[in-house]
Amino acid sequence: MKEFLEGSHAIAEIVKACRPGVVSAYPITPQTHIVEDLAQMVANGELKSEFVNVESEHSAASVVLGGSAAGVRVYTATSSQGLFYMQEVVFNIAGMRLPVVMTCANRAISAPINIWNDQQDSISLRDAGWIQIYAEDNQEAVDFHLLAYRLAEDKRVMLPVMVCMDGFILTHGMETVDIPEQEKVDKFLPPYSPLYKLDPAEPISMGLLADPDYYMETRFAIQETMKESLGYLSEISSEFNGVFGRDYKDLLVEEYQTKDAEKVIVAMGSVCGTIKEAVDQQRAKGKKVGLLRIISFRPFPYARIYEVLKDVPRVAVLDKAVSLGGYAPLSVDVKAALYGKKKGPKVVSSFVAGLGGRDITLESINEVFRRLTAKEVSSDFIDLKPELLKEEYGR
Amino acid sequence: MFGPLTVKPKESKGDKTGSWRTQFRPEYLHKNCIACRMCAMICPEGCVYGKEKNSFWVDFNFCKGCGVCADICPKKDIAMVVEDGKSEEK
Repeated sequence: MKEFLEGSHAIAEIVKACRPGVVSAYPITPQTHIVEDLAQMVANGELKSEFVNVESEHSAASVVLGGSAAGVRVYTATSSQGLFYMQEVVFNIAGMRLPVVMTCANRAISAPINIWNDQQDSISLRDAGWIQIYAEDNQEAVDFHLLAYRLAEDKRVMLPVMVCMDGFILTHGMETVDIPEQEKVDKFLPPYSPLYKLDPAEPISMGLLADPDYYMETRFAIQETMKESLGYLSEISSEFNGVFGRDYKDLLVEEYQTKDAEKVIVAMGSVCGTIKEAVDQQRAKGKKVGLLRIISFRPFPYARIYEVLKDVPRVAVLDKAVSLGGYAPLSVDVKAALYGKKKGPKVVSSFVAGLGGRDITLESINEVFRRLTAKEVSSDFIDLKPELLKEEYGR
Repeated sequence: MFGPLTVKPKESKGDKTGSWRTQFRPEYLHKNCIACRMCAMICPEGCVYGKEKNSFWVDFNFCKGCGVCADICPKKDIAMVVEDGKSEEK
């Protein structure tokens, strides 16, 4: 049913429909509304689930790890510092191959403290072994949670999935969202049956010491499964389309006006809505520009990206995160996808915008297109205020 | 694809000490033993067996040579001796 909802509330609604047996989270802006709503649903008896109140994100992640290890569908959500506080458990969840689903309401990282949106938090955890998918709008964010559970619990995958949605822009934005009906959700997402679980009747141990004789294979297996998951994403997406009538294609990338484009921006998340608007405006003026939106950041669809960009002369990668002292993270992967190939863009420039919630406006996007010239640039900051860089300390 | 993920109880019996033991190993003297079972109880590997006085023995497949059995023995009936290199038992 179509409803006019706040992003966070829409997420709570879809999580409820997924029937998790254990929910545990610690409030942090801008994730708070999601888990607040879920706590209310549990208290009202609308959602029959164990909502475990904890004293920290480290504990929240540990509770869902335990719940999942005991064979139950689980859910948690966090942001920014909360995700970083969870970090060691985040790696443990992937290492133990537990199909946890988490919402990351993307937010900047301290210091200085900043509660607004960029994507530094989840991108910093790209190596954890979690599948990461980035939503552009609230409908996608809702649907991606359903897809996330299906993918995570697939017996061929058994990996945790992080659904990333831009903090405030999506979590606090009001949009009309089609919340899938319960019967259809139940049809698409059957109850979770674990491959292995903690059970006193048949005791096993999980996640214990793997010495040099064993450890490498655990990592190799996740790496291989990640590669295989590129195909499973497409498979589950087409099944989703069959049930709900919304087509996310291969769920790896979205191509927008890329076919004959001379300049293409590569980006992730909600900023792609703005970029599409800019592309439409420039196309109306006869300029051949386009957008390649990355949906799945891990596993990274290298082959797909090469396929789209191989005939595009100039590419701009727009990051909402940095790797201080190195190239911006998304640009590194895009460049890797294109390196050493026969065809490919002449120029792959990299831009950084929107850190700490600075608005990325249509003008910002037009500036990216303007700076995308024959001269390649890397980690070029958009909308920087030079006057703020004149502060001096000491002498 | 999956790598090693779970372990069933007692499977760790497959992980033998091998060449890891310290340069000492316990020698049960079987002279003044009172069958107090302190050595069997404290062994972190659970590899000390025995019931009657002067009957206790160590499974050297798992003994790491930590020496806590010798230390706790109230009758000083266990000695730590230099490893002879021939202790691995089948």
